Amino acid sequence: MGQMPLWSMIEYGAWALSALFALHMLWDWYRTDSTYSEDVLTSSREGEIEAMTEQHKL
Amino acid sequence: MANTDITSKTMDGMGPHGTKVGLLRVLGPAHVWALGVGIVLVGEYMGWNFAVGKGGAYAALIACWFAGILYSCVAMIDSEVTSTVAAAGGQYTQAKHIVGPLMAFNVGLYLVFAYTMLEAGNAITLGYLMSVAADMTGATEPLDQRPFIILAIMFLAWLNYRGVLATLTFNLVITAFAFLAIMVLFFASAPWSEGTMLAHADLMSGQAALPYGWLGVLAAMHFGLWFYLGIEGTTQAAEEVRSPARSLPFGTLAGIMTLLIAATLTWYVCVGYLPWEYLGDGVNGAVAPLFSAAQMTGSDALILILGFGTLFATLASANGCINDASRAWFSMGRDHYLPQWFGAVHPTYRTPYRAIIFLVPIALIFALGAPLDQVITFSILSGLLGYTFMPINVIMFRRKWPLDTIKRGYVHPFHPIPALVLLALCSVTYFAVFLGYGTQLIAMVSFYIVVSLWFHFWRYRFVKRADQFTMPWPKPRGY
Repeated sequence: MGQMPLWSMIEYGAWALSALFALHMLWDWYRTDSTYSEDVLTSSREGEIEAMTEQHKL
Repeated sequence: MANTDITSKTMDGMGPHGTKVGLLRVLGPAHVWALGVGIVLVGEYMGWNFAVGKGGAYAALIACWFAGILYSCVAMIDSEVTSTVAAAGGQYTQAKHIVGPLMAFNVGLYLVFAYTMLEAGNAITLGYLMSVAADMTGATEPLDQRPFIILAIMFLAWLNYRGVLATLTFNLVITAFAFLAIMVLFFASAPWSEGTMLAHADLMSGQAALPYGWLGVLAAMHFGLWFYLGIEGTTQAAEEVRSPARSLPFGTLAGIMTLLIAATLTWYVCVGYLPWEYLGDGVNGAVAPLFSAAQMTGSDALILILGFGTLFATLASANGCINDASRAWFSMGRDHYLPQWFGAVHPTYRTPYRAIIFLVPIALIFALGAPLDQVITFSILSGLLGYTFMPINVIMFRRKWPLDTIKRGYVHPFHPIPALVLLALCSVTYFAVFLGYGTQLIAMVSFYIVVSLWFHFWRYRFVKRADQFTMPWPKPRGY
């Protein structure tokens, strides 16, 4: 196999992997948004971190 | 702090509001270090050498140390304020608590733009590095850089989407490699031995010492920022570290120390191997100066190590930028400064997933459609506006909440000298930037004025005060 076909393959590989990562994120985004209510997803508040440390068993 | 009664008369009356899904607190000081140094270290591998082109090797060293003082002030001030305002959003959240909503909105945008533009710049660089790798391995046709630019952004966004611990552990490994690569090049050059190939005496004497005199030193000044630009990004991890009061100052200050060493060693090795005319031409000459220096040694092992160092530094920077831009965007959404939809946290991965996804196409548009120098200029100018905010912020912080009212994780020394030094150095840098990029500076300031008007007259009506101030802090002095 010559050099040029190798880099062409790497280029195609990069396109394919990019698509894979993008599709995985989009799929998971859709799944998450349709499973959980907006109320749960956007419930984060900044002052909460102090209290959360207490609750978490780290 | 957890025992504080926020409903007492001395307190603000605000408190936690029932978070069901929040960001995960899993990071340690090493991750904070990796986030800060990771964003910056690419500046050692490329970019700083434009300072050499502006004023020669000594001018670049003066710029390097001058900017080093500026960023030491930044790191100290950030360490104190963020160890107290331990929430995602970094300087945006600091501005919200200490200065006011309009300042916070602007600072939030500076952060998002600075990091997203830098991410785009890194992706462009990565595409270029891949094309160099293709050339070096004997490819006969020019490489299509686009798939590699897109892959870099997609992979890192995906990593960020899946969780902060893996993201920053990955950054820790590749950043440590890139830093060690600089050390290896320095020690392999053996500057103490008789047979060293470093030729400082020959390359830096006579006319080459200061080719454009002291004016060249002034012109070199704003490229000195490249050595450290982004160390302030450590603050975005504030809501995800296990112990903000300890980890943030520790990681940030260790980070600036690392960078001072890396910057000085980089300068020393590069100016010893490469003549200033070549080193200072970052477009047609030494695009990646540390890699060029490794090539001068003739050692295949060093070329390989510094080649991977360059690649890893670029990846680490883009990775840290995605992390930081998304936290800033998320925080603004959470406070209703932007649609609250952006303030969502992924219930499994515990990341601000909508902010991460939303910024992907923006980074792609700039990475694929804009020239590198414009992208980087936009990033640096947004960063500089942020640095100007910091001294004002810390002076107000000390006035409203003196040392005896809030316990800090770190108290920076000699206040207000670092703040005043930072303010003075920012003024000098504005002047230097104005000389080189006056149009862009004016265009960008105009942009921020327009969006400020939009925020003041329209968006602010959606902001709920109770939602944005949830820290159990005492009332500020004088209120």
